[in-house]
Amino acid sequence: MAKVKQHTREPLFHITKRTEVPLKSSVLVRTIAIVLALIVCGIVTKLFTGDNPISIYKTIIHGAIGSGRFLVTIHELALLLCVSLAVTPAFRMKFWNIGAEGQVLIGCLSTAMCMFYLGGKVPEGLLILIMTCMAILAGAIWGVIPAFFKANWGTNETLFTLMMNYVAIQLIEYFLKIADKSGSNVVGPNLLSHGWFPRLFGQNYILNILIVVVITVLIYIYLNFTKHGYEISVVGESENTARYIGINVKKVVIRTMALSGAICGIAGLLLVGGSSHSIDSNLADGRGFTAIMVSWLAKFNPITMVLTALLIVFLERGADEVSSMFGLNADFAEILTGIILFFIIGCEFFINYKINFTHKKTEEVKEGK
Amino acid sequence: MNALELRNVTKRFGEVVANNKVNLSVEAGEILAILGENGSGKTTLMNMISGIYYPDEGEIFVNGEPVTISSPKDAFDYKIGMIHQHFKLVDVFTATENIVLGIDDGKHFNLKEAAKKTAEISEKYGFDIDPKKKVYTMSVSEKQTVEIVKVLYRGADILILDEPTAVLTPQETEKLFNVLRKMKEDGKSIIIITHKMHEVLSVSDRVAILRRGEYINTVKTSETNEAELTEMMVGKKISLNINRSEPVDPVDRLVVKDLNLINSDGVKVLNDINFAARSGEILGIAGIAGSGQRELLESIAGLISPNSGEISYNDPKTEEIVNLREKTPVQIRDLGVRLSFVPEDRLGMGLVGNMDIVDNMMLRSYKKGNSIFLDRQPPKDLAETIIEDLEVVTPGPTTPVRRLSGGNVQKVLVGREIAAAPTVLMAAYPVRGLDINSSYTIYNLLNEQKENGVAVIFVGEDLDVLLELCDRILVIGSGRVTGIVDGRTTTKEEVGLLMTKMDGGNENG
Repeated sequence: MAKVKQHTREPLFHITKRTEVPLKSSVLVRTIAIVLALIVCGIVTKLFTGDNPISIYKTIIHGAIGSGRFLVTIHELALLLCVSLAVTPAFRMKFWNIGAEGQVLIGCLSTAMCMFYLGGKVPEGLLILIMTCMAILAGAIWGVIPAFFKANWGTNETLFTLMMNYVAIQLIEYFLKIADKSGSNVVGPNLLSHGWFPRLFGQNYILNILIVVVITVLIYIYLNFTKHGYEISVVGESENTARYIGINVKKVVIRTMALSGAICGIAGLLLVGGSSHSIDSNLADGRGFTAIMVSWLAKFNPITMVLTALLIVFLERGADEVSSMFGLNADFAEILTGIILFFIIGCEFFINYKINFTHKKTEEVKEGK
Repeated sequence: MNALELRNVTKRFGEVVANNKVNLSVEAGEILAILGENGSGKTTLMNMISGIYYPDEGEIFVNGEPVTISSPKDAFDYKIGMIHQHFKLVDVFTATENIVLGIDDGKHFNLKEAAKKTAEISEKYGFDIDPKKKVYTMSVSEKQTVEIVKVLYRGADILILDEPTAVLTPQETEKLFNVLRKMKEDGKSIIIITHKMHEVLSVSDRVAILRRGEYINTVKTSETNEAELTEMMVGKKISLNINRSEPVDPVDRLVVKDLNLINSDGVKVLNDINFAARSGEILGIAGIAGSGQRELLESIAGLISPNSGEISYNDPKTEEIVNLREKTPVQIRDLGVRLSFVPEDRLGMGLVGNMDIVDNMMLRSYKKGNSIFLDRQPPKDLAETIIEDLEVVTPGPTTPVRRLSGGNVQKVLVGREIAAAPTVLMAAYPVRGLDINSSYTIYNLLNEQKENGVAVIFVGEDLDVLLELCDRILVIGSGRVTGIVDGRTTTKEEVGLLMTKMDGGNENG
C-alpha cells in the first residue's frame, strides 16, 4: 500500500473573485498597468534597437494625432468602432461571432458590385441608396446563415462564422478576376468611379464618422432600452430563463445575428463607398478580429467601446509611424502594441480577482486564537 | 476485520452540518446499503471516503489501519473506487480508452493489453461490455458498466455506488445486482446508495440509515422490514406550527390526465400522471428527488412538451376549459391563464443573476404594450413594493440579484410570481436552503394565496412541512403517482412508504 503524505503543502496564495470593484481601485490598477507597460516597452526598445524610448513614445503620439493625421485617426477609429458595435449584440447573447471580417467583406463586395455594374446607369443618389441597402442585406445574410444553423441544429457558431470569412474572401477574389481583366488583385477607383460618398465641409470621411456616431447611439439605446435588447441579455445570461419566460430563443438568435451582420455590412459600405473606393480581399484588414478585442475590453458597452477602440487605433497608428520614422521593421511596432495590450488586458484580472496570500492569513488566524 | 470503517466522521459546510459523528463499517464480501432522504448527507459521506472532501473530524480506517484520504488518488491507493451518479467518461473514446485513462503505472502504454484485461474483468463478473465500443454510442447502462470496470481495473476492493439504479430499467437493475453479488462472492466490499426500499431489501446484507446528517443505525437486512426502515429514515414527526386553514369552495382548477413524458435518454420520466389541483387548496407533491417533479411542473408551465395526456385548465371567470398541453408559455399567457411558476433553479431559470432586481421584475411583463422600448417604471415600483413588503435585504432595487442571499433571492422570485395575481401557483422546493424566518415568510405567502382562492402546487422535500402545510399530498415515485393522501390525516410513515414504493411494484410480483 502506498504511503500517503500526511502534510500536503499549502499553496502560497489562493485567488478569490471580488464581488464589488470600487471605481477608485479599478482606475488605479489600470493606471499602474499602463505605466508598467510603458516601462517594459522602453526596456525592450533600448535592448533591441538602442533607440531612446522617450522619442519613440513621442513619435507614437505624433503618428496618431499629429498635424494632418487627426482626421485619419478618427476615421480609423470610426471604422473599427463600427465593426465592434456590430459584434456586440451577438456577444451579449453569448453568440461568439468571429465572422465579422467576412460580414464586412461581403458588405464591401456588394457595395463594389453596385458601383461597378450600376455606376453611371442610375443617378448618384439612387446608387448610394442601392449600395446601402445591398450592403446591409449582404451582411445580414452572412450573419444569419450561421445563426440559422446554430438555432436549428446547434452547430458551433465560432467555426461556422470563421469559415464564412474564407468564403467571403474567395468571392471577392472571384469578383476581382471578373472586374479587372488585367489580373491585378485590386479593383481601384478608376473602375469604381461612381457612388462615392459626398465630402462634407470640404473634408473626406466626415460622413463616415457621422454615420458611426449615429450607429453608436442607436446600438446603445437598442441594447439598453428596448425589448429586443432585453431579450438579448436574457438569452445571453441564461437560455433556461429565456425558455421559462417564453422568449423564442431561435428567433432572438437569428434576429440578433441579422443585426450584427447588417452593421458589418454598413462597415463594408463605409470602407468602399466612403473611403477607399476600391476593393481587395484584404480590405477589412483584420478589423473583424480586432473588433472582438475592442468589444470585450469595453465589456460590451457601446459607449466605453469608443475609448477602447481609440486606444487600439492610437497604438496602431503610432506603431506605423514608429516603424517608418526609425527605419525599424514594422513588426517591432507590433511587438510594442502587443506588450501594451498584454498589460491592459492582463490588469483586468487584478480588477476582478483578489489574491490572498495563505501565509499571511494563517498567521492572522493564529493571532486570533 | 472491517475493510472500511468510519468513526465519528463530521463534515460541515459553513454553518450547515452535512454529517455529524457518523459511524460506518463494511466488511470484505459484504454489500452495505446506505439509506436516507434527500439531504441526509449520503453523498457527502461517500465523497469523504473517495477523497473529494476531507472530513473536519473523525477517523477513517482501511483494513484496520488509520488512513488519511485527501484526494481521489489517495482513495485509489487504498483500493477505494467510487462510481458517481453522473458519469465521468470521454464520449469519443472507446470503453478501453476510458478505462485506462489517467492510469500512470510507469509501464509502457499498451492498449491491446488493456483491452485484454478489460475483457478478463468483464468475464469474471459477468459484465456485458464491448471494449472497442465508443462511449457516445452506448446506452446509460453500458456507460455505467464502463464506470464500474474502470474502478475494478484499478484494482479497487471497496466500491461505492451512488444511486446506481436511478438511471436503469428494472431489468438492467437486476443485471447490475447480479454483478454486485458476484463481486461480493469475490470478496469485494460494496457500498450502495439508494432510495428504493425493495432494492435495499433484495441486494444488501446490512443497511445504514442517515437522517439529516445524523447517523441513525445500522441493521441487518435479514432482520428488518420496509416499515421499520422507513420509520428510521423519516424519523418521528416534528411539529412546526404552520398555519393551515380549511379550503373554501375548492373547484378543480387544473386537471392533469394520463400525462406521459419520455426524455431524451428514452427514459419514461412521467408515467400516466393523473391529478387535480383545486382552487383554495395547497396540493403538496412529495417524492425522492428526480422522480419526475421537475418534469411535471415544466410540462404544466409549457416548458417541455409531454408525449401524451391532457392538462386542462378551468377558467375561473368564464368556466371555460382550456387545454394547456403543447402550448408555449407565451401562448398560455395569451389565453389569459394566470399561471405562476417558482422553479427549483432560482438563479438559473427563475431569475437572471447578473441583472438587477428591477430588470428581473420585468421578466414576465416586459412585453406588455406595443412600444419597442422597455418601460422600467412599473417593474421599479414593483421591486420597491416587494423589497418593502417582504423585507428583502438589499442595498437597493438596482443591485444584481446574485449578490443577494438565498432567502432574499427567493423572496424576489416568489414576490414577482405572486404579483402577477395567479390562479395557479406552482412552487418547486421554495424553501430549500432558506433559514427558518425566510421559510415561514414563504409559507405565509403560499397560505395567503390559497386563501385568495389560488390553486397552489407545492413541491417539497421536507415531509414535516408537507404534512403541516398541504391540504392534500400527491406522492410521486419513478414518474408515477403512487398515492394522493389527505394532509390532515396522513402520517410521515405512510408518505415515506409511498415515496419508496417503486415502479408500481409490478416487478416484485
